[in-house]
Amino acid sequence: MHALIEYLAKIHFLIRKELLALFKDPANRSLLLLPALLQALLYGYGANYDLTHVPYAVLDQSRAAAATELVARIDGTGVFHRVATLTSSDQIVGMINRGEALLVISIPSDFEQRLASGSQAPLQVILDGRNSTTAASAAGYVSSIVTSYNESLGNPAAVAIDRRSWFNPNFESRWNMMPALIASISVMQTLMLAALSVAREREQGTFDQLLVTPLRPMQILVGKAVPSILVGLFQSTTILLIILFWFKIPMIGSLWLLYLALFVFTLAAVGIGLSISAVSLNMQQAMLYSFMLIMPLMLLSGLLTPVGNMPGILQTLTYANPLRFGIDLVRRVYLEGAVFSDVAFDFIPLLVIAAITLPLAAWLFRHRLA
Amino acid sequence: MNETVIAADLRKTFIGPDGKPFAAIDEVSLAVRAGELTALVGPDGAGKTTLMRMMAGLLKPDAGTLRVLGTDVAAAPQAVQNRISYMPQRFGLYEDLSVQENLDLYADLHGVPLELRRERFSRMLEMTDMARFTARPAGKLSGGMKQKLGLACTLVRSPDLLILDEPSVGVDPLSRRDLWKIVQQLVDEEKLSVIVSTAYMDEAERCGKVFVFHHGRLLAEGSPETLRGRARGLTFTARPPEGTPARDLQARLIDRPDLVIDAVPSGGDVRFIRRATGDDPRLAELLHDAPATPRPEELEDAFMMLLREHGKERGHAEPANGNDSAPQVAINGDKGEPVIVVRDLVRKFGDFTAVASTSFEVARGEIFGLLGPNGAGKTTTFRMLCGLLPATSGHLEVAGLDLRRARAEARGRIGYVSQKFSLYGNLSVRENLEFFAGAYGLRGAALKARVAASLNQFDLDPASRSGLLPAGYKQRLAMATGLIHEPDILFLDEPTSGIDPLARRTFWRTITSLAAHGVTIIVTTHFMEEAEYCDRIAIQDAGKLLALGTPHQVRQQAAGSGARDMNSAFIAIVEQGREPHGATP
Repeated sequence: MHALIEYLAKIHFLIRKELLALFKDPANRSLLLLPALLQALLYGYGANYDLTHVPYAVLDQSRAAAATELVARIDGTGVFHRVATLTSSDQIVGMINRGEALLVISIPSDFEQRLASGSQAPLQVILDGRNSTTAASAAGYVSSIVTSYNESLGNPAAVAIDRRSWFNPNFESRWNMMPALIASISVMQTLMLAALSVAREREQGTFDQLLVTPLRPMQILVGKAVPSILVGLFQSTTILLIILFWFKIPMIGSLWLLYLALFVFTLAAVGIGLSISAVSLNMQQAMLYSFMLIMPLMLLSGLLTPVGNMPGILQTLTYANPLRFGIDLVRRVYLEGAVFSDVAFDFIPLLVIAAITLPLAAWLFRHRLA
Repeated sequence: MNETVIAADLRKTFIGPDGKPFAAIDEVSLAVRAGELTALVGPDGAGKTTLMRMMAGLLKPDAGTLRVLGTDVAAAPQAVQNRISYMPQRFGLYEDLSVQENLDLYADLHGVPLELRRERFSRMLEMTDMARFTARPAGKLSGGMKQKLGLACTLVRSPDLLILDEPSVGVDPLSRRDLWKIVQQLVDEEKLSVIVSTAYMDEAERCGKVFVFHHGRLLAEGSPETLRGRARGLTFTARPPEGTPARDLQARLIDRPDLVIDAVPSGGDVRFIRRATGDDPRLAELLHDAPATPRPEELEDAFMMLLREHGKERGHAEPANGNDSAPQVAINGDKGEPVIVVRDLVRKFGDFTAVASTSFEVARGEIFGLLGPNGAGKTTTFRMLCGLLPATSGHLEVAGLDLRRARAEARGRIGYVSQKFSLYGNLSVRENLEFFAGAYGLRGAALKARVAASLNQFDLDPASRSGLLPAGYKQRLAMATGLIHEPDILFLDEPTSGIDPLARRTFWRTITSLAAHGVTIIVTTHFMEEAEYCDRIAIQDAGKLLALGTPHQVRQQAAGSGARDMNSAFIAIVEQGREPHGATP
């Protein structure tokens, strides 16, 4: 019992020292809050696939009432903004190439005649494929306007699609993006913090002083991991509050489950960070390794593009990426109100990553060759 | 032109780490003669580097004038730089380039014509004895070799003035001797003007003129003979009574600053400088059992006198002395029983043997010195002893515990003070002490009491930020931390590098008094004269133990070569050890 208290007391001193060293530096203090705040706002407003202001041009060669009405419907959505009315097909190339319009609607000269004769009237939509995501959504939108125009002409489609988007009724990309940020923004800081923690001590020579104390590798590991985890959870909380109260995205799931998920996720991230730190000779190396890692972690996480769209080999690789499961957990708990049994599988890879990287880091503390 | 450098009322102010401005160079006027060796001496922070950087046109003076080779440096730095060569403390060698490539690069940078290079290179390589290593990457050279290569790169062209900033700092005695041989040769053969800064008085002794700096001010100038004259008649050697170590007598003398200016153990005796106040019965009383004989004064004596005078003038406290600076550490167990047992210790890195089958024992309360040239394996041995590096094979016992099986327990019994300041710089003094006390298992009231006692013993302000302390106080904090858990054994890794001679005296006073209280001390050092404080020393080279014994025995071992002091004994022993195999780089 006495031995246990002493064991824990030593860890307590280490954690206290780490936190003191962290918060005594004013630069560090602002680093803990500012980037999370800034990135949450930037992503919230900046990273957006939603159509709000699509510049487009019209080439109306029919100059007839039917065409005018269709164009009026497109203008009337408030989403499409007509930047030009073209007079000849030669002008289309320039409009798209210069990026002045995302799409050009070309109405052929026989448009009205064909409609009147009851035959098919083709309508050409030329899209700027350089911006494929937005172009595709815009094309979808145009086709839905055309469908409703068809209906107004008394030509109901044979199969009508009635769309209901669950979990995100208005299909806002912000809803998809923001909860994922609870995991992805904090992982950057946690990873970096953990990666620097041992490397900084090695560089400044304090690690030797720490290693000559009777502290055991496991104690040092816990002492190093706990502050990083606390900072990670603090950042996640900051972003969670911004999403809940500023962007007002409703949370369906249980807060407890969300925090359990975040804890296990942060544990895995800290494990990776500390392993990097334990192999690095100095801070520069640790920074380099973490930057090298953060990019693929983000790309292979499903934050921006679904994991299901990736080639098989990359999909397999994502099992080693804690961010993939962190994001999945947070999204599902937050938006869909998943319960533990729904997401239990996500915990397994995270726990496996933590179970490998944390002991590895502890071992490397002493066994890295000088 | 007879003067290479003329400075008048020169001043340079910096902002210190605490945000307050301080004068690195304070109203300095001097003239340096051409065609000879000139030394700038002074403890760390005296302003030597700042002055040299101003001479090289790398810093602009805040006030005063500085003319180098007849040109105003501040106005036309490039014109001066084209004619001088400057070697900073850390010369910028490209570690991945070979010796030859480094030379080529510097020759290109200085625009040395191709036809002159061949002759110049071969002369440089011959002087530095590096012709065999031209293909070796600079990063793979030992510290001393790097320094020699740095000098060679600085000298790829013939400058009108050579400025060397502490070329021998952190360099072992052998490489130091080689470096000076090169410089001396240049002065003799090419009538080169050289300005060199140094912390070693034996180096200043070789110079034509010496300038002594302290806290940015020029304290004294003159030839070594004139400066030495200040100590004339005050220098003596005292012989300790049979059977007592010289350091006990040294401690007795240095604890009386009213009678004795300085005292150091040397060759089994104690060299001291007495105060210049006639026949003092109190001094005779102090030396009642130790007959003192006059000895010729040296530059070191004059230097110590200058520093002490100046220290007092600036209101510096005399070094804390006597029992109040001696931490009260109670050690159980008999003096004399072995607390460190090393048998057949081996450490290999790949196929390189850093430490080859080394055995020795250290007894309780002993001061044990580990000496050796750069790369000799002493750091590796040291790191294995304090559990920072696992041994490849052999038996290692510390404080009665096997370091292979009971590592954490063994570590709990030792204290460690590293070469460079290695405490948490942005924590306060108290926070550092509390953390390490906690790490060693102290808690609650016991911890508070121990930290308070430690603050008191080492006269530290608990609230100051550790990273902003002056060097001497950082040293004290490091010692306080190393001793916070009252260890049986204290490991000191080059503890005195970078602190001034006065602080070094105080430091050793603390060490000897710790040993008197039964703490075992293991120390590495580059200052050979500090080996005189040790009970026993070991000299290592190329991983092998070359000598082991009391300083007296080690000097005896080198006696054939006529070595009088520790420095020459060290050089002789290392050279004897190297002879059969030829020189190792």
